[in-house]
Amino acid sequence: MANMTLVKTPMPEQDPQVRAHNFEEVALGYTPEMAMEEAGRCLKCKNPKCVEGCPVNIRIPEFISLVAEGKFQEAYEVITSTNSLPALSGRVCPQETQCEARCVRGVKGEPVAIGRLERFVADWYRENVNAMPQKVESNGKKVAVVGSGPAGLTCASDLAKKGYEVTLFEALHTAGGVLVYGIPEFRLPKSIVANEVKKLEAQGVTVMTNMVIGRVLTIDELFDMGFQAVFVGSGAGLPMFMNIPGESLKGVMSANEYLTRTNLMKAYDADYDTPIIQSKAVAVVGGGNVAMDGARCAMRLGAEHVYIVYRRGEAEMPARKEEQHHAKEEGIEFKTLCNPVEILGDENGRVCGIKCIRMELGEPDASGRRRPVEIPGSEFVLDVDTVIMALGTSPNPLIRSTTPGLETNRKGCLIVNEDEMTTREGVFAGGDAVTGAATVILAMGAGKKAAASIDAYLSK
Amino acid sequence: MFKIVRKKELNSSVTLMEIEAPFVAKKAKAGQFIIFRIDEKSERVPLTIAGYDREKGTVTIIFQKVGFATISLGNLNEGDYIRDFVGPLGKPTAVEGKKRVCVVGGGVGCAIALPSAQAFKEAGAEVDVIVGFRNKDIVILEDEFKACADNLYLMTDDGSYGEQGFVTVKLQQLLEAGREYDEVLAIGPVPMMKFVCKTTEPFGVHTMVSLNPIMVDGTGMCGGCRVTVGGETKFACVDGPEFDGHKVDFAELMNRNSVYRDREAEVSKTHTCRMETMGKKLIP
Repeated sequence: MANMTLVKTPMPEQDPQVRAHNFEEVALGYTPEMAMEEAGRCLKCKNPKCVEGCPVNIRIPEFISLVAEGKFQEAYEVITSTNSLPALSGRVCPQETQCEARCVRGVKGEPVAIGRLERFVADWYRENVNAMPQKVESNGKKVAVVGSGPAGLTCASDLAKKGYEVTLFEALHTAGGVLVYGIPEFRLPKSIVANEVKKLEAQGVTVMTNMVIGRVLTIDELFDMGFQAVFVGSGAGLPMFMNIPGESLKGVMSANEYLTRTNLMKAYDADYDTPIIQSKAVAVVGGGNVAMDGARCAMRLGAEHVYIVYRRGEAEMPARKEEQHHAKEEGIEFKTLCNPVEILGDENGRVCGIKCIRMELGEPDASGRRRPVEIPGSEFVLDVDTVIMALGTSPNPLIRSTTPGLETNRKGCLIVNEDEMTTREGVFAGGDAVTGAATVILAMGAGKKAAASIDAYLSK
Repeated sequence: MFKIVRKKELNSSVTLMEIEAPFVAKKAKAGQFIIFRIDEKSERVPLTIAGYDREKGTVTIIFQKVGFATISLGNLNEGDYIRDFVGPLGKPTAVEGKKRVCVVGGGVGCAIALPSAQAFKEAGAEVDVIVGFRNKDIVILEDEFKACADNLYLMTDDGSYGEQGFVTVKLQQLLEAGREYDEVLAIGPVPMMKFVCKTTEPFGVHTMVSLNPIMVDGTGMCGGCRVTVGGETKFACVDGPEFDGHKVDFAELMNRNSVYRDREAEVSKTHTCRMETMGKKLIP
C-alpha cells in the first residue's frame, strides 16, 4: 500500500538565520529512511507522465521503486543509464515545471519529491560506493567538446561511453561552466562538480582547461588536428547592462562578475586572494535565478540590506519559487514593480543610491506576460552602495566570429537543425549557445541529443 | 602547470619571465595579453605579452612588482611552475597598411610597446619610438628598441639619461616639426596615455591606446573590464585592449581601476608584516 500522505516528506535544511551567514549547502538531503518513506508515495503509474516531463527521460517510477526497497545502488544505475549528472540535476532542476509538474500525486496534494530522491540516490552512491566508471574500448574516432558546462559534460560523457576519444576544452581554469562560476556553493557544492569531472576523466575524457576556443585554437584548427566532429557547448556568458546613467560607477557590476568572484575565485574565503566589494546595502536588478543567487551571496558576504529590484510582480518572476522562498527566509527584501532609471554616485565615483520608478502591469506582450508600464512621477531612491545587474546573458561572439560558415540568429544564438548540427558540417551545438540563457537540465538534454547525433554522423 | 624557464630582473622592480606555454606561443601576436594564476588560491591577473618564441613554445612576460600577485610571481624562480596561464586574449595590434607610425611607451608599458613596434616594423612601416622613464635606473629594453626603431627617442623625467622631459614633450616637438604619422600607439600608465592623446588631438593624428582595466575572466563573460569608448560600452578583454584614444573616457577608467585600492593596500600591508615577522624569527 502506497504512502498516501498529501505532502512531500520534508527535507532538513539549515536554519535561515544561520545559513544567511555561511556558504554551506542550504538543503541537507534525505536520510535513507526519509528517502524510502517518500519513495513509498509513488503510485508506479503504468503510463508515467513524469518521464515525459524530464528532458533526459529518466525512468522515474523504476528508480523510485528501487529506492522504496532500499536498493540504492540499483536505483543509481537506472538513473545514470539516461542521466550522467544526477547529483547536479537533482539539486538545480526546476522540477516543479518538469517531472514533478506531471506527477499524478500533484493533482491532489504535493507531487512525489522526484528531485530530492534523485539527489539522495546520487549522494548515497558518491558517499558509499563512488566507483569510477570504466573506460570503454576506443573506436579510434576523435571528438572535440568546446565548453565544460552541463551541455559539454553530458555530451562528453555520452560519447566516451560509446568509445569515442573525447577532448573537452574549457576557457576557465576549472571545468564545470555555470556549475562552478555561477551557481553558488550553498546550492551546489563545488566538490560535487569536481567529482563529476573526475568521473569523466576516468571514462578516458581528456579535460584541457585554459583553452579559449576562438583564440587559442579555432574550430577549423580542431578539424586540422584530427577531430572528426566538434560539439559547441559554450553557453551564454555575455552579460547585459541597462545602459542607464551611472552604470560605470564603482560598485556596479554584472551578476556574472559578482558570482565569478564569489564562487569560482572564492572571494568569500579570506584564504583566497581575489577581492570582492564589501557592501552594506545591495540592489540586485532582475528576477531570475541568477538574481536570487546574487542576492543570497551578497547577504552571506555581510550586507545589511539586500534588495531584489524587479520591474514585474512577484508572480511573474522567472526564478524558481523555491529560490524566491529561500531568499525571503534569509531576509532579502523584494522591491517588485520597480525599474531602475539611474544609478547615483558620490564625489569618489562610488555608488550611493539607485533611482527607481514604480511600474504597473499593462496589456500582455509578445511573450504573454503583462507588460510593465511606468507610473509617471513615482521615482524614489534606494540607498545602496552596490548594484548587481542580473538582466540576463547572451552567447559570447568569440566562436561564431572566428568560424566561417557558422550561422547565428539575430540574438547571436547558433542555428542548429533537428540533429543539433550547425550550419557547418560536423559542428554540433547545444545548450545556452543555441537557446540563449535557459536551464541546466535543458543543456544536459541538448548535450545528450548531440552525442547521439554525433555518433550517428560518425557511424555513417 | 606552466614552467618558468627564464627569469631576469630588468631593474629593481621590473622582472622578465619566459614561460613554457606552447599553445599560447603558437598563436600570440603583438598587443594581445595573457591571464596568469599562480596557485589554487591566487587571483587571475592579466599581463600583456612582451614576446614569444613559437619554436621553443615560450611566452615572455615583463611585469612590475606592484601588488600581491605580481610580488608573489616575482618571488618564483626558474624551474618553478605556475598553475594557470591562458591566452592569447584580446585583439592584436592592427599593423597592416600603415606607412609611418610612432610608438610611445611609458615605464613598464615599454615592455608591451616593444612587440607592437617590432610588428609595425615587420609589416613594413617606418617606426619612430619614444620611450619614457622616471630616471636612468629603471630604463629597460633600450637595445631591443634600437634594433626595431628607425628613430629612438629616450626620455627621462629627471634628465639622468637620454633627453630630459616626458614622452609628450618629444612627441609635441616632432609633430610641431611637421613629422607626419598614420598612427600613434601609446602604452603606459593611464595619465601618460591620456596626455599623449591630448598632444596628438590638435594635430588630428589617429591615436591608439592599450587599456588596462581590472579583469577577472578575460573572455568577455563578466564585463568587469568595461570601458566607455565613443559613448559606447566596450569590454576591453574582447573588444580591445587597444582603442581609439581620442574616444576613451579616461576619467572613468581611472575611477574604476581604484575599486579595490583599499583592500589591495591592506593585503600588501598584512603581507609585508607577515614577511617581517618571519624574517625576524629567522634573523633575530
